[in-house]
Amino acid sequence: MADKPRILTDEMIAEIKAFFPRYPSKQAVTLPALHIVNEKLRYVPLRAVVEIAHLLELHPSQVQDTLTFYGYFKQDAPAGRCRLWVCRSISCALRGGDELLDHLSHSLGVKPGETTADGRITLEYAECLGACEHAPCVLANEKLIPSVSHHEADELVQTVK
Amino acid sequence: MSEFKPVLLASVGKPESHTRKVYEQSGGYQALRKVLKTLSPKDVQEQTKASGLRGRGGAGFPTGLKWTFLPKDHPGPIYFCLNADESEPGTFNNRILMEDDPHQVLEGLIISCFATNSAVAYFYMRCEYPLAYKRICQAVAECYEAGYLGKNILGSGYSLEIHVHRGAGAYICGEETGLIESLEGKRAWPRIKPPFPAVEGAFRKPTVVNNVETVACVKHIFDRGVDWFKSIGIPPDPNNPRDAGSYGPKLYCLSGHINKPGCYEAPLGITVTELIEEFGGGVWKGRKAKAAIPGGISMGLLKENEFHCKLDFNGPGKFGCLGLGTAAVVVMDETVRMVDFLLNSCRFFSHESCGQCTPCREGTSWATKMMTRIKHGKGRLKDLDLLLEIAENIGIMPGTTICGLADGAAWPLKNCIKKFRNELEVYIKSTNPSGWMETAAVPALQLLDIH
Ligand SMILES: Cc1cc2nc3c(=O)[nH]c(=O)nc-3n(C[C@H](O)[C@H](O)[C@H](O)COP(=O)(O)O)c2cc1C
Ligand code: SF4
Repeated sequence: MADKPRILTDEMIAEIKAFFPRYPSKQAVTLPALHIVNEKLRYVPLRAVVEIAHLLELHPSQVQDTLTFYGYFKQDAPAGRCRLWVCRSISCALRGGDELLDHLSHSLGVKPGETTADGRITLEYAECLGACEHAPCVLANEKLIPSVSHHEADELVQTVK
Repeated sequence: MSEFKPVLLASVGKPESHTRKVYEQSGGYQALRKVLKTLSPKDVQEQTKASGLRGRGGAGFPTGLKWTFLPKDHPGPIYFCLNADESEPGTFNNRILMEDDPHQVLEGLIISCFATNSAVAYFYMRCEYPLAYKRICQAVAECYEAGYLGKNILGSGYSLEIHVHRGAGAYICGEETGLIESLEGKRAWPRIKPPFPAVEGAFRKPTVVNNVETVACVKHIFDRGVDWFKSIGIPPDPNNPRDAGSYGPKLYCLSGHINKPGCYEAPLGITVTELIEEFGGGVWKGRKAKAAIPGGISMGLLKENEFHCKLDFNGPGKFGCLGLGTAAVVVMDETVRMVDFLLNSCRFFSHESCGQCTPCREGTSWATKMMTRIKHGKGRLKDLDLLLEIAENIGIMPGTTICGLADGAAWPLKNCIKKFRNELEVYIKSTNPSGWMETAAVPALQLLDIH
């Protein structure tokens, strides 16, 4: 155990520590820390949770408790290089959001929450992405794609390297 | 009313509207200068109270009044949390303000923090808003450069830090005490009130939580004055002593089966019909409307013959809806089946229930299971009564839950079953000709991919 390499890099640790002065408690840095690790690794493995807890002077279960509450952080395996969020809430559903999700699910051969075998894409459903004027919309990593047709979805998938 | 010119959206869509330079060219940060030079925090509280501004985040609570609930002469710290978790289905006005006019939001936030003697503000933003996050972070940095943030702002002696804090994909973080718990690094389990956040909030200190659009309104109140704000909207109903009036401009999000979906600004009190016709270009594909959500899915449902409903804080309630909510109007055309609407609504709330109150966790989950069964042709008439029983027994109003998510889950059920019962019955009978009259308990369907 002791000689296992650390998961958090020095850079991540420095980034996490930079958040400390912003809050009166270290526990408040939990979400920022999870985001920092998730951005670099595309998931937050259990060992990272233990290391974050150590940094924040918490019990690992406290960090794990928070992590599992939110649907955002993967824990078992890294997400694909592109995480594709398809909105399924009412405004998108009225304009074909559910069908778009089904279409992508079939063409990629994965269910929502799963990653394609080549590790390119993780398909996800999202609740309201707050872009209802562009329904049905998709969030591809950091990019919001408005009014996506099935054809455009196929093209989008092609462009992911 | 055609005289009305957008104020909150005045800069949206203009080139470089997100930069400090452009914002200042159109008079930006003059309100802040005026406030810091000529007013005390108490003055700002009083004027905000006098303006009649009510919170835009959903509950419509009078903003100035909320601020006066903070303990007097508190040694501090007092925290300000800006609620930018915006996740109510159909709602996107905060996103537009943050993306296209972030300085407007920050100026309002700084004035609001001054009014409440807060020295630290947390800008809690949902993490699915990458562009808004980038723009707000840039704008905050620009404010520090210009001396609008940091120590001794504009030589006034007032100091303020703003920290942007990202959520992680949970609707319940928008509930103010869920937000506070989440900010503290815990699961976003709403707290039992009292104590209210003004007395004991973030990090056990007095805390104010306000919505993004609310503080944007604050900026304009101190730019243009209380009288200007009160000249817009609808005064209190003289027959309703508890009505505080609906003053000011409002951002209406229009989506669904509409020709021109978008975020539009109008005086509080525009009707659904006006919104659809004057702004939305009518219902799409030349079809007729069937129903609309008046203010985010939690608020319930209006039938087409109720579209004369005024979208002020009192209007939707007169038609059995929960309230104005976020003023997000979602239009459904005549092809929409109410079974599909209800299943979508139930699925959302069972997915987003935080799970700490049994009536909400179990009620929303059973409603989804029942709606799924109905949708798949195994419904019974009795299910409609069971669904109503759930709806009537979950929420703050019946007193069984900690937060209002459960009321929001109940309202679409109540409104839809009341207003479209016949259609639902016909659906059940025609899809389940041999079993719709059953009343004995049925085994639950095997559910896949629901939650
Ligand atoms: C389930 C639930 C979700 C909520 N989501 C939001 C939200 O995303 N944004 C928001 O401003 N208010 C939301 N609210 C309302 C807040 O609890 C709170 O009333 C509001 O942020 C206060 O700000 P205001 O007075 O400026 O409106 C939500 C309430 C509930 C019950
Ligand atoms: S009502 Fe629902 S969402 Fe709100 S605290 Fe209770 S279980 Fe959580």
